Amino acid sequence: MSTATETIEDLVKQEYKYGFVTDIESESAPIGLDEDIVRFISAKKQEPQWMLDWRLKAYRHWLTLTPPTWPKVEYPPVDFQAISYYSAPKKKGDGPKSLDEVDPKLLETYEKLGIPLREHARLAGVAMDAVFDSVSVGTTFKEALAEKGVIFCSMSEAVREHPELVKKYIGSVVPYTDNFYAALNSAVFSDGSFCFIPKGVRCPMELSTYFRINASNTGQFERTLIVAEEGSHVSYLEGCTAPMRDENQLHAAVVELVAMEKAEIKYSTVQNWYPGDENGKGGIYNFVTKRGLCKGRDSKICWTQVETGSAITWKYPSCILLGDNSKGEFYSVAVVNNMQQADTGTKMIHIGKNTSSTIVSKGISAGRGQNSYRGLVEIRKSAENARNFSQCDSMLIGAKCGAHTFPYIEVKNTSSSVEHEATTSKIGEDQIFYCNARGIATQDAVNMIVNGFCKEVFKELPMEFAVEAQKLLGVSLEGSVG
Amino acid sequence: MSKQPILEIKDLNAGVEGKQILKGINLTINPGEVHAVMGPNGSGKSTLASVLAGRDGYDITSGSVTYRGKDLLDMDPEERAREGVFLAFQYPVEIPGVNSTYFLKAALNEIRKHHGQPELDAIEFLALVKQKMKLLELRDDLLKRSVNEGFSGGEKKRNEIFQMAVLEPKLAILDETDSGLDIDALRIVSDGVNKLRSSDHSQLVITHYQRLLNYIVPDFVHVLVDGRIVKSGGKELALELEAKGYDWIIKGEAVAA
Repeated sequence: MSTATETIEDLVKQEYKYGFVTDIESESAPIGLDEDIVRFISAKKQEPQWMLDWRLKAYRHWLTLTPPTWPKVEYPPVDFQAISYYSAPKKKGDGPKSLDEVDPKLLETYEKLGIPLREHARLAGVAMDAVFDSVSVGTTFKEALAEKGVIFCSMSEAVREHPELVKKYIGSVVPYTDNFYAALNSAVFSDGSFCFIPKGVRCPMELSTYFRINASNTGQFERTLIVAEEGSHVSYLEGCTAPMRDENQLHAAVVELVAMEKAEIKYSTVQNWYPGDENGKGGIYNFVTKRGLCKGRDSKICWTQVETGSAITWKYPSCILLGDNSKGEFYSVAVVNNMQQADTGTKMIHIGKNTSSTIVSKGISAGRGQNSYRGLVEIRKSAENARNFSQCDSMLIGAKCGAHTFPYIEVKNTSSSVEHEATTSKIGEDQIFYCNARGIATQDAVNMIVNGFCKEVFKELPMEFAVEAQKLLGVSLEGSVG
Repeated sequence: MSKQPILEIKDLNAGVEGKQILKGINLTINPGEVHAVMGPNGSGKSTLASVLAGRDGYDITSGSVTYRGKDLLDMDPEERAREGVFLAFQYPVEIPGVNSTYFLKAALNEIRKHHGQPELDAIEFLALVKQKMKLLELRDDLLKRSVNEGFSGGEKKRNEIFQMAVLEPKLAILDETDSGLDIDALRIVSDGVNKLRSSDHSQLVITHYQRLLNYIVPDFVHVLVDGRIVKSGGKELALELEAKGYDWIIKGEAVAA
């Protein structure tokens, strides 16, 4: 092997800068899972009976399931009885009524992560819900949003304050019977965000949730539900980090999106969970079910994800294109480094007439990482004149990593068209040397080439986050370039 | 006080994977001089260019290269570039998704930073680019495209010289810049190169054919055969080579040896 390859491999040794632990007293559920734990969580959240009943149904169904084995990832079996399913920072008295009452340690934690929650420092134009372990610690700009009729709050609050909406939509896109992790989540989900955009409203700011796992031996099981009524428009972003811990931690979230007639939901994720060390010790298992339903005519759902963290990623943000003329889009950058494994992609289920979908997936593999794109384009008989375009590109950095593509295409009518393009490239030593010979150092060259490779996806992210994502990719792949 | 040479190569021996390619090269280039190195295929021309620019994978077994008083071989390739060495590639590399303007601005600012100069902002840079583009008769849209992606052979070579015009190196190494160019493109590229000639800018022109030297007229011509410079002379040497072929020199070598 030539020295240039070695240099590239040195460069991809990353440091995870969000690996600190917040020293805060927390209250956790006992280790393990049974019906009492489900009842405990529900009681902690002061939930109505129907919610508890739903959780228990999900739990009983979960007992009949086994974890999926089809993803191209390898890990020792997870002991679901060795995890605590609920952890919350200990509250003083009745818990914070507003952000002013939030424990300063928590606010500091978020500030360290670059997420200011305090009034004076908030990101202009972005409303933020911050979830710490199992609970939401606060939501910003709530009042400003309420003026427009937009509901943006934690899931626990939504269950209490807007039960009719939650009851109507929860599980409507991802039923608890959907899969092993969706069933588990439905039984024990803790917090997450709830967004409701009323008819005709263009949400005046970006909505965002920042997830942080802090406590050890806990899993995070958040549930997010976004409902966009007729003609409304919303852009939502989630970010996530966790401390560096030697043991693997489980994150099994469910996200459901519902878009009514002419509504548009843009959902962006910058996922930076702790990926484990270079020998594959520790890191988050990210087993997530995300699905959007384009329920009404001319509705649109767009998923954009930048996945740089997690030891294992298992995630397929999907669209069910039910309404005629509805559109689904999926833009993804997935990076694996060291011992990381990702099996990610999307499903586009075309049911309505003239539905269209676009898939752009960019996989980057470095170190000994394994990156798989898995996608399904299903065009049902009813989906006359449906169209799909898929593009899956893989980039390899170094000689010990892998890239795999599993595209499934099912077309059941003759009026539709499906296009699939795929490429695999290697960051060439020639490309790096060309940059070097123009005065650009190898680190910057790798960064530049990788960012060029991902450009089509980054341009789909909201402006301020596109910059963040580029930086994150730099950190993720190069250690010293930030 | 004698002027300091730009480049001084002394008894340079280098090869790849144990195979000796350069066998004792000696060459001195003074400021403002244009040197041509000619030679048949496999004589080591491109190896010389690669070793000078710092490409990986070459073993330098002995000898030294001094660039403006500094040990060139001790520098990383990017440091050489920042110090003012420019290699115009024989095969310019495509970098998909990386905008040409962005790339060149990054390169220029690296060089400026290295010399303690302030970085140029987008507006200043564009003004500079507009001015230099005229030199190479480049179309505007080339700059909007990704680095070398989808460029024709001629456009790639012109783009190399355009980069050279923007980066203003002290020493430019042109590695077979004429290969793959038709006569019009050759004229444009050569005109560009000639306009950059100055007392502060030296060139090492590596070529197989004499035809380039009709356009870029060298001060000195060196003939490289089997890793050695076997003959040096003025520009008329190139014409003689063209008339008599490399065999003339190679045979002469054999007789002399």
